[in-house]
Amino acid sequence: MAEITLLEAVNQALAHELEADARVVLFGQDIGANGGVFRATDGLQQRFGTERVMDTPLAENMIAGIAVGMAVQGLRPVAEFQFMGFIYPGLDHILSHAARYRNRTRGRLSCPIVYRAPYGGGIHAPEHHSESTEAIFAHIPGLRVVVPSSPARAYGLLLAAIRDPDPVVFLEPKRIYRAVRQEVPDSGEALPLDRCFRLREGDDITLVAWGAALKETLQAADILAESGIEAEVIDPATLKPLDIHTIIDSLEKTGRCVVVHEAARFAGLGAEIATQINEYAFDLLKAPVQRVTGYDTVMPYYRLEDSYLPDCERITAAVRNTLDYPPGGAR
Amino acid sequence: MHKPRLHPVASFDIHFLQYLDEQGQATQALPDSATPDLLQALYRQMNLARLVDKRAVQLQRTGRLGTYPSSLGQEAVGVGVGSAMQADDVYCPYYRETGTLLERGVEIEEILAIWGGDERGQDYQHAAEDLPLCVPIATQLLHAAGVAFALQYKHRQLDEPTRVAVTCAGDGATSKGDFYEALNLAGVWKLPVVFIINNNQWAISVARSAQTASATIAQKAIAAGIQGLQVDGNDIIAVRTAVSDAIQRARGGEGPALIEAVTYRLCDHTTADDASRYCPPEALEQAWAREPLLRLGVYLREQGLWDDGAESDMQREQAEIMEGALRAYESRPPAAVTAMFDHLYASLPEALREQYQEVRELGRRVERESG
Repeated sequence: MAEITLLEAVNQALAHELEADARVVLFGQDIGANGGVFRATDGLQQRFGTERVMDTPLAENMIAGIAVGMAVQGLRPVAEFQFMGFIYPGLDHILSHAARYRNRTRGRLSCPIVYRAPYGGGIHAPEHHSESTEAIFAHIPGLRVVVPSSPARAYGLLLAAIRDPDPVVFLEPKRIYRAVRQEVPDSGEALPLDRCFRLREGDDITLVAWGAALKETLQAADILAESGIEAEVIDPATLKPLDIHTIIDSLEKTGRCVVVHEAARFAGLGAEIATQINEYAFDLLKAPVQRVTGYDTVMPYYRLEDSYLPDCERITAAVRNTLDYPPGGAR
Repeated sequence: MHKPRLHPVASFDIHFLQYLDEQGQATQALPDSATPDLLQALYRQMNLARLVDKRAVQLQRTGRLGTYPSSLGQEAVGVGVGSAMQADDVYCPYYRETGTLLERGVEIEEILAIWGGDERGQDYQHAAEDLPLCVPIATQLLHAAGVAFALQYKHRQLDEPTRVAVTCAGDGATSKGDFYEALNLAGVWKLPVVFIINNNQWAISVARSAQTASATIAQKAIAAGIQGLQVDGNDIIAVRTAVSDAIQRARGGEGPALIEAVTYRLCDHTTADDASRYCPPEALEQAWAREPLLRLGVYLREQGLWDDGAESDMQREQAEIMEGALRAYESRPPAAVTAMFDHLYASLPEALREQYQEVRELGRRVERESG
């Protein structure tokens, strides 16, 4: 079987659901003949026709809004935003309507929508093409926020997102769109939402990361292993609702945790995870939870973006600080 | 100085439709659809809408209802639009919609529940596919475009019958991007959707003249390449005929339309507003002379289709309906406190179980304390 990239896995999942479910429609900017600016929808319009894979006029708010109307009429709309930085005109519809329709109508109408967007930095793109603002969506009751970080999880989680009866913001880490290849059978088998994935086992420290930051986090774990530090690496995958219990289970072993994310630190999801660890597992902690994140600055233009994004060195340094707590030895 | 030679490449007209003037006189032959039975039914339904609004405002004033947006003076828009639709068409309302909701079969009790702070009012027992009231301005217009796409898609791909989406917004909503985006998409995709603008001259306190420099709102259809028409929004025959024709065209695959219904808000924006701060009293007085019930009443009486007896019978019957709905609304048991979790997701996520338990305990404590 051919090995495919995360990007090709997205395409494979979309094709599978278009084939399997006549209610599924895809729309967005340049997703038709062009196959999307990253080629996530490559070939799908040719295969499934212009009535099911549609280029829209250029208005992100409109893309977000029509999805609501399609969904309440029983379709399964999958809307693509070209970059996460352009999703904001659509927030009114995602936050005020898609997330609330089921509640507002007491279950009479609902919004099984997938809002897809490539997100995150590291591809030397112009301004507005590199942000990680998943926390905005994770804050909103009624939404799911899902981030795949491997080809297999992109395929399985996207199938799950399309089949989910509620709206999902599906954020694709574009820096690793083509970073690795994996065998991903087109089995139609979804992966579970609302569950963490344990990517690496270890007894010394728990590393929590998602999206492209997992690449450096896993590298950091390998580097740490060379000096005898075994890190457990957890990918929450569904950021909202968050499966904190898998993280707590890991802390039972390790008692130490570092959260890594590209997004800015203040009110980022690292803060939520650290707080929940405090609430549920304070007694397990041997050291304060540390965060390795983007800074509370505007995402810099690309010449400085490597200094903004968490790298192996910052992650290993945070791990060593945590392991050395309290500084200067035991109190 | 050389003056460049210019050629016209496109030109347009905007038309106005009226059957009954403000004196209740026919300005042209009425359409065949305007049968005596229909006109009497429309008159009754407009009167019922006015009664519901009047009682709802009274209920708010006495603390029995929350903030309420009356449709006073705009009954011909709501009732006219609602009565032009087929039952299986889909209505995408904004929030000033008493007449339309009644026509669509939404219960008075449900309308009261919505404004009485209870989401269960939006779980319509009839009109089950109609959208709930929409508070963020103009957003429902895009939902209507999406609904229309789905109806068209299900017709073409899944062999379902041809149905139409109908939606309404106020004049203030035409300043928003959602309005232009919805019209634009509906034009490009030739969607079966009819957009109604209830131009009641006011967006809370901001006058129609401060929203747009356009001579009409109907002409905004031109930029989107769709049909645009202005109607006398106080003439229910004009509203109903225009909307009905537009729906028929949309159903026949001829694409969308924008209809501007020119009327006047004879009340405050909502019960939380005081229009005397900005609405000139003389404008209001003049508008009362043009209101929709008066003119249809005059017409019906002059045609021998209505009299004092019919009027008092109607008032008595409708008062009973209203009081019955009010009793039903006020005797509704309150929702359980955990109801806030019930329809957040299709099933309660594991991550929310603890908060659910906390609220359930809170509910039990409140129940115990209130005995």
